[in-house]
Amino acid sequence: MPLDNTLKAQNGFVRYFKENMGTLIGLLIMCVILSFTTNGVFYSQRNLVNVLRQVSSNACLAFGMTFAIITGGIDLSVGSILALSGTLSAGFIVNSGFSVQQAVIAAIVIGTCLGLFNGFVIAKTTIPPFIVTLAMMQIARGAAYIYSNGQPIRAMIPEYQVIGTGYLGPIPYPVIYMAVFLIICVVLLSKTRFGRHVYAVGGNDKAAIFSGVNVARTKMLVYTMSGFLAAFTGVVLCARMASGQPTAGQSFEMDAIAATVLGGTSMSGGVGKIGSTMIGVLIIGVLNNGLNLLGLNSFWQQIAKGIVILLAVYVDMLKKRRK
Amino acid sequence: MSDNILLEMKHIHKKFPGVYALKDVNFELRAGEVHALLGENGAGKSTLIKCLAGIYIPEEGEVIVKGQSHIMKSVADSQAHGISVIHQELCLVPYLSIAENMFLGRERNIAGVIKRGQENEEAKKMLSRLGLDFDPNTLIKDLSIAQQQMVEIAKALSVKADILVMDEPTASLTDKETEVLFETMRQLKAEGIGIIYISHRMSELFAITDRVTIMRDGQYVGTVNTRETTNDQLIAMMVGRELTQLYFKDEVKPGKVVIEVKDLVSPPFVNGVSFAVREGEIVGMSGLVGAGRSETAHCIFGIDGNYTGQILIDGKPVHIRSVRQAMQNGIAMVPENRKEEGLVLINSVGYNLTLTVLHEIFRGRPLGNSRMENDTITRYIQELAIKTPSAEQLAENLSGGNQQKIVIAKWLATKPKLLILDEPTRGVDVGARAEIYGFMNELAKQGVAILMISSDLPEVINMSDRVLVMHEGKITANLGKNELSQEIIMSFATGTGGKVNAA
Ligand SMILES: Nc1ncnc2c1ncn2[C@@H]1O[C@H](COP(=O)(O)OP(=O)(O)OP(=O)(O)O)[C@@H](O)[C@H]1O
Ligand SMILES: [Mg+2]
Repeated sequence: MPLDNTLKAQNGFVRYFKENMGTLIGLLIMCVILSFTTNGVFYSQRNLVNVLRQVSSNACLAFGMTFAIITGGIDLSVGSILALSGTLSAGFIVNSGFSVQQAVIAAIVIGTCLGLFNGFVIAKTTIPPFIVTLAMMQIARGAAYIYSNGQPIRAMIPEYQVIGTGYLGPIPYPVIYMAVFLIICVVLLSKTRFGRHVYAVGGNDKAAIFSGVNVARTKMLVYTMSGFLAAFTGVVLCARMASGQPTAGQSFEMDAIAATVLGGTSMSGGVGKIGSTMIGVLIIGVLNNGLNLLGLNSFWQQIAKGIVILLAVYVDMLKKRRK
Repeated sequence: MSDNILLEMKHIHKKFPGVYALKDVNFELRAGEVHALLGENGAGKSTLIKCLAGIYIPEEGEVIVKGQSHIMKSVADSQAHGISVIHQELCLVPYLSIAENMFLGRERNIAGVIKRGQENEEAKKMLSRLGLDFDPNTLIKDLSIAQQQMVEIAKALSVKADILVMDEPTASLTDKETEVLFETMRQLKAEGIGIIYISHRMSELFAITDRVTIMRDGQYVGTVNTRETTNDQLIAMMVGRELTQLYFKDEVKPGKVVIEVKDLVSPPFVNGVSFAVREGEIVGMSGLVGAGRSETAHCIFGIDGNYTGQILIDGKPVHIRSVRQAMQNGIAMVPENRKEEGLVLINSVGYNLTLTVLHEIFRGRPLGNSRMENDTITRYIQELAIKTPSAEQLAENLSGGNQQKIVIAKWLATKPKLLILDEPTRGVDVGARAEIYGFMNELAKQGVAILMISSDLPEVINMSDRVLVMHEGKITANLGKNELSQEIIMSFATGTGGKVNAA
């Protein structure tokens, strides 16, 4: 049996490389170029760890986004939920005298509930996810500003800060969180019944209904999960900055969507993989980092990101058409 | 046959906005019988089935399953009562595999983690029972419609059900696959399973069913034993009048050549096709699934712009690389798959009817000529007797036959010189079929050239002036009216026929 198992695992890897050939090559080319143009700075352990830490928040949001987009929906509210939960976590400690633990849990629960609310409305009405989460994006952002009076809430409490700044050996906590969520999401989507229902809902919801799949529950779970991931990320980010920032996570939903699409997830639903999204996340991360190292300002980074997205999706389509 | 009653549906009522779909319908199913539901398009057959499957909940009435009165509240509820349904519209998820689709909603799992190996194995067994040797990992989107239909059947069979419902399972199957299906149905019968069977092909009813329940306009008409009835009696009960003739075909003297195709090649399905169609001629195109008939039509209609070879319209060579160009050359095509290629389902009947002539409606009028639009809509709803409460009804709410009429109408509105019909009567009831044949005959008399792709041999034989038979991307025969028989066509379609006849 062990032979059989390694064979299977190998097949999985081979398939992964085949499926993501285009984006992997793109990522590789970027790394090669950077190794020449940055005099090796790019490859320093410090910088690589840095890149991973920088991408970790986008990665977590993009995992949730991938689920939402595969069901044929989208979640525009992640950036705002992130800000609200982050702000609340700091605020609860500083203003309400919560313990760090209580504050963090409460903040994450609230963010998760907003995700659940998104899911509930999407599942029980015919209002499109785009609209529902657009509304939630406004509501959560507004709530974050109201709660904080529009000011950052300083929370210089080591116990709190460590959530975002701590290290396990050489690896920052946020990278660990990312890795854990990556594994959980990969398993959820590819190995479980829930994952299969996610694909079915996005691929042909009528078929899903006619097969007895609980479509409403599947959608609710997906948006709840996305809300949870956003809230968690928000707490981590604010802990790292030692301050609840109501302005945090502006347009993060766009980066999450970009990473998802770069990974080959179809905006019309039914197709996509977490592992591919992770490559999309890395491409955006390396691009940002590289352009930073090269001294190009963030406005140029935006233009570069736009071009890369167009290119990647176009190449992906060519590849599919040839089949 | 035992008298063991599995299912009773009594006094079922179901209303939709503007449509009273089921009015006091009764139905009964015994163990070990195949019981047909027969009725014209829109009679309410599928609606009745959906009331049983937990998709619609009837406003009134009683459903008794194995002696227990119980209205199905959800699909899962219905499945739990041992009911398995093959729906009329294909219900598969394109990007999931065969096995994943077969077990959708009842995944083999431990604590939510799927046992993929077991699923694949069970799927493989089920497929081979139907004589299919697909890899269960194949994605649905890579299968043809007929193959998907077979998967759908395998999926329904893999549920341990004692009531099996099949809503037009054979509409897209060829005779060979149908026979496999019937063989399986006979086995299931012997195991005491009750089967509800819906089909518009009358010959199938006599081949496989024990009883037939007839519905008309949402009402129960009656139930007869198949052995004690005749084709004509069934049709009369279904249509409410005698239908003296199904096929209308007048002799028309062919005029000049409208289209000539020379050495059309578009790999892998079209490998050198040449033929011509004249004014007033109905040319049938026969062949097995995958012979390249639809693909040939797609070249002519500009859907597949990457062909080589020559197309001449009225003797002049033309370039057709897009549907627009095809339309400009007076070509219209009623596609094979009305739901995906023919209609915008979520829009209204009126919208669909005028989609092909928008450029006329908006010619010189930025806001459109609403009188012309309304005239077009009313005219075609009347002319083709499309059964719809209004032009505002959504296309997806119409029955299959009426949807097909909309597709035909929208292309008639372009007043084509050449009309290509790809499986024009698939899933269409006899009454509507007679009407469609009537239009075809009328059009031919007006000088329209018609190319009719069809897998329905009686239709091909009765409606065509000439039949082209395709096999593996080539035309293997060009048969004149007096040479037509099912055997000859089949022999050329399977590639075992004689040499190609002179055109
Ligand atoms: N969801 C719906 N909303 C409104 N009207 C509907 C809906 N579903 C069906 N109908 C209408 O109910 C009637 C019965 O339709 P149904 O699909 O049951 O017919 P059918 O007998 O199955 O016909 P076919 O042979 O064409 O499949 C039709 O007039 C149809 O237009
Ligand atoms: Mg029907």
